[in-house]
Amino acid sequence: MQDPVSHSDSTVGRVEVKETTCYMCACRCGIRVHLRDGEVRYIDGNPNHPLNKGVICAKGSSGIMKQYSPGRITQPLRRKAGAERGESAFEVISWDEAFGMLTERLARLRAEDPKKFALFTGRDQMQALTGMFAKQFGTPNYAAHGGFCSVNMAAGLIYTIGGSFWEFGGPDLERAKLFVMIGTAEDHHSNPLKIAISEFKRRGGRFISINPIRTGYSAIADEWVPIKPGTDGALILAITHEILSKGLYDREFLVQYTNAAELVVDDESRADHGLFYRAEMHVEEGCFDPQNKLWWDRDIDGPISTHTPGADPRLMGSYTLPDGTPVKPSFQLLKERVEQYTPEWAAPITGIPAETIRRLAHEMGVTARDQKIELPIKWTDCWDNEHESVTGNPVAFHAMRGLAAHSNGFQTIRSLGILMTVLGTIDRPGGFRHKAPYPRPIPPCPKPPHGPEAVQPNTPLDGLPLGWPAKPEDLFVDADGEAVRIDKAFSWEYPLSVHGLMHNVITNAWRGDPYPIDTLLLFMANMAWNSTMNTVEVRKMLVDKHPNGDYKIPFLVVCDTFASETVAFADLVLPDTTYLERHDALSMLDRPISEFDGPVDAVRIPVLPPKGECKPFQDVLIELGSRLKLPAFVKADGSRKYRDYPDFIVNYETSPGSGIGFLAGWRGKSGDQVLKGEPNPRQWEMYAQNGCFYHHELPRNYQYMRNWNKGYLHWARAHGMIRYAEPITLHLYSEVLQKFRLAAQGKWPGRQPPDRLRQRVETYFDPLPFHYDPLETQLTDTRRYPLNALTQRPMAMYHSWDSQNAWLRQIHSHNYLFLSPSVGIANGFGDGDWIWVESPHGRVRCMCRFSEAVEPGTVWTWNAIGKAAGAWGLGASADEARKGFLLNHLIAEELPAHDAGDHLSNSDPVTGQAAWFDVRVRVYKADPSEPEVTSPQFTPMPRLPGQDRKRGKWQAYMAGVFGKK
Amino acid sequence: MTQLALVIDLNVCVGCHACVTSCKEWNTSGWAGPMVDQNPYDGSPTGTFFNRVQTFEVGTFPNTETVHFPKSCLHCEEPPCVPVCPTGASYKRPDNGIVLVDYDKCIGCKYCSWACPYGAREVDEQQKVMKKCTLCIDRITDAKLSERDRKPACVLACPTSARLFGDVHDADSEVSVAIRERGGYQLMPEWGTKPANHYLPRQKIRIHIDQDELTRVDNPLRREDLTDYTGEETLDDVAW
Repeated sequence: MQDPVSHSDSTVGRVEVKETTCYMCACRCGIRVHLRDGEVRYIDGNPNHPLNKGVICAKGSSGIMKQYSPGRITQPLRRKAGAERGESAFEVISWDEAFGMLTERLARLRAEDPKKFALFTGRDQMQALTGMFAKQFGTPNYAAHGGFCSVNMAAGLIYTIGGSFWEFGGPDLERAKLFVMIGTAEDHHSNPLKIAISEFKRRGGRFISINPIRTGYSAIADEWVPIKPGTDGALILAITHEILSKGLYDREFLVQYTNAAELVVDDESRADHGLFYRAEMHVEEGCFDPQNKLWWDRDIDGPISTHTPGADPRLMGSYTLPDGTPVKPSFQLLKERVEQYTPEWAAPITGIPAETIRRLAHEMGVTARDQKIELPIKWTDCWDNEHESVTGNPVAFHAMRGLAAHSNGFQTIRSLGILMTVLGTIDRPGGFRHKAPYPRPIPPCPKPPHGPEAVQPNTPLDGLPLGWPAKPEDLFVDADGEAVRIDKAFSWEYPLSVHGLMHNVITNAWRGDPYPIDTLLLFMANMAWNSTMNTVEVRKMLVDKHPNGDYKIPFLVVCDTFASETVAFADLVLPDTTYLERHDALSMLDRPISEFDGPVDAVRIPVLPPKGECKPFQDVLIELGSRLKLPAFVKADGSRKYRDYPDFIVNYETSPGSGIGFLAGWRGKSGDQVLKGEPNPRQWEMYAQNGCFYHHELPRNYQYMRNWNKGYLHWARAHGMIRYAEPITLHLYSEVLQKFRLAAQGKWPGRQPPDRLRQRVETYFDPLPFHYDPLETQLTDTRRYPLNALTQRPMAMYHSWDSQNAWLRQIHSHNYLFLSPSVGIANGFGDGDWIWVESPHGRVRCMCRFSEAVEPGTVWTWNAIGKAAGAWGLGASADEARKGFLLNHLIAEELPAHDAGDHLSNSDPVTGQAAWFDVRVRVYKADPSEPEVTSPQFTPMPRLPGQDRKRGKWQAYMAGVFGKK
Repeated sequence: MTQLALVIDLNVCVGCHACVTSCKEWNTSGWAGPMVDQNPYDGSPTGTFFNRVQTFEVGTFPNTETVHFPKSCLHCEEPPCVPVCPTGASYKRPDNGIVLVDYDKCIGCKYCSWACPYGAREVDEQQKVMKKCTLCIDRITDAKLSERDRKPACVLACPTSARLFGDVHDADSEVSVAIRERGGYQLMPEWGTKPANHYLPRQKIRIHIDQDELTRVDNPLRREDLTDYTGEETLDDVAW
């Protein structure tokens, strides 16, 4: 062999290095793609990128095997005439034919009833475009995957603090001293959180993980606190109880920056009970909190306008205003609420000893109080108070899906937001910090349509498909108070379903409830497999027919890069590209990659030509929009406005002359504007020259306290990020929720819920946080199904996108059900045995593994490692199908019929968040005579026309020669 | 003499496998490649990896530790794999201490893998030669790469910077300092192999709060000194 020291990669083949943005998960790191003779030789992290600073994860490093996977679809496909849906009997067609079919069909639907077209997408990171396409088309039936991912986290925190975790904010581990991670959270943010946790630990920070399972990041926590699933709210409320009763809250912060001291009407006989008492004064209309509220001043012992200079309001007590109105500060209401939530109350619910709960509270409270950070940064608040420094309380939290994926998740996450608030940690150093475009008003301004009249033939939707209701009038319901959307989002069933309810679309469309649809277009959403609950039945719905032989969902279009399980059910398949083959914009209008210090957005620029006839979905939408003559895509004369997606990205403005477009960087004719400015024809070039990202670092005095930072808010308004430069007061007490509750109680002058939902809305729209058993638990025989079943996401398979990847699938080719040895002993099976896991909705057979790193009432597995036979370019005997399994089969998409309805979604009653983690199961040994293969099994999916031929027994990847072999 | 090595910090390794696949992607197309995969898209897939992460549990619930443990060739100073090699394919470089295999000389007899007490060697089942971690010798010695990039792929990839790389014979190097100050240890030193790679143990940070620290003089509850008088009788009402 050649002496390696004399070997240089730069001399092997034709070398090129191109920068773009990763998409092996939703984290979106900057990458350098090294090519050898046009083949991918190496993908590493871009050292200059603000997100990943040069590092890369297991998935990012395996991009080569995604690019060259035999699972790729390469041609548009049409289900063969006469073939049954689901058989994967396809014929290749041209893009012209595909566009022709789609245009003809969609134009007809748009002219008849735009609702008949539904567009639902996965973790596509292009919701700004897909949402806009839906609005332009005129259909409200659009959402991305947020409803079944983590909308409780988004809504719970945004309705409390005006921002949320992941893209929109996160723990400031650079300055925190104590970091508490609650529930499964390792997947959002991926590399940045890993970087931050390791630096935090190296600086001597203390890391506590509260989780039923010790895996992932919890493994390196200084302390693991096992908790029973779905009880986080009880724990957080008990901690809050202890913090309030010991006086460990940040009084000054609560007074100045939250509604803690604001007086709430406290008279149940009044129609305005539970609303803030509003003083008579002129207030401007807008989606912000008008400051016409009152405090009770200690010195004058009477009411006074909030933020009156020199005022010192009471946080506790009950008072009577001069007009006789009984009032209480909202903090008093919170104190009264949490009085019942003692650590002793929470101990049996959570499985955490009361003394541990108390100690956790003391660690948080004392660290926040005694290790105050003071940064020498002058800033001015919205009330013109000059501050000599920015201060912070160094206790940081992180949570994601572990809290969110329960039907009590919204209130749990509000509890967390309130705990973070009473500790005084919001947008301050060492606590939680926002990322642009957040903070936004509580709730943000965009609103869904308000009634069925918003949907009109050949007309864009009046309102946004997804928005932020602030009162019952913002709901999207008909005259009877019933849903207008196919997923029933923004109806009284799930009023604050700000991300939609993708998990109910197929079931509702199949049932024709609230109405049948014609065409369902799915983009990278694997809804016949892991992106759906009740998978076995949903697959049947997709092929179910009316007595006349027509499919109940008449036309199904699937756009995907790979031969996923859902592709088998398509009538029309559109082959998408990989992330290395396309342009993309990770936009401020959607979910950008901002940092704490300022807005960041990013692009993808193709590194390789598309394989076969693959076409980026972005271009498909631009083409369709142009052919359908949707107003935003055509000129006044009806001719095409944008050549392609890159042209659209540069030239589209949210309205003519708004200066706001998909990309924030290098706007203005010469590229010297930030966030707002004329289109810049050289914008793509400028991104390319800058590693495919744009990072605007704010001055330091705009980097903190942004909810109330006058300079920042005016800057944000001047740059089009926010409509009002008004303070964003934290909602310790949620008047928004109370308005819905008053409607349910018949006290609201406007819209009220249908009778069957009154009690449900009244119960769950509690303006103060509370804990309740998850809905499914309330409706399940928990003695028969004593265990909670969860999934965790393995970092190397995060998103379950990569079973087609030869390297990653070697790390996780199949999964086990992990459980406490005590569960095995109690049920008569041993480590490694084949067992059945049964829920009230179904059962799966799988292998088990004993683990001491799981709370004994919980069983768990890696999410979606199991695949249907033949899908994803894998052989029919692949481990994924024979030994892997999907927990989804056990999870119902609907609750059992009960008083509130026969077909309510198995979701949070406030937000419609899919309650994946509520499922209850029992386990028992499989009979020795049963086959040693997971159950259920499905007919293997054949290879599709255009898919690469089956690879052999051996694969030796060597860039530059692989494709030539 | 220089002895290059990895020092792996178990206190921050989250078991993400970035080191596993970044190693594979660099090396399969590099000097030591290819790294073959068997049944890449079918049952029981397996393949050559120079670096793997094992995860195991220690203790019983609730006192359980989950440990992620990356494993690769330890580049022993007394590598037992070298003297057993009948062809001289297995060798230790004098200039930097890296243990390598010359595939042209290797006959695939597997003596070295039997001799290695750490299970660090991987036979390429297609090419029938022994393969192993090279510390990315074709990166770290490539003067055409920037200095920042002249590190093993796993070290550059690691999101938690759990993998330190350097000369353990240089007392001032980052790796020597870490071993000294953090209690770095070798695997199975009793075998006398003197592994160059070291591991840094877990460290626990705890907070102790004395009861006296709980209540401070500025406790905000004191500002809610509420005693509402609503007309009930007090001593002031009793006149005798």
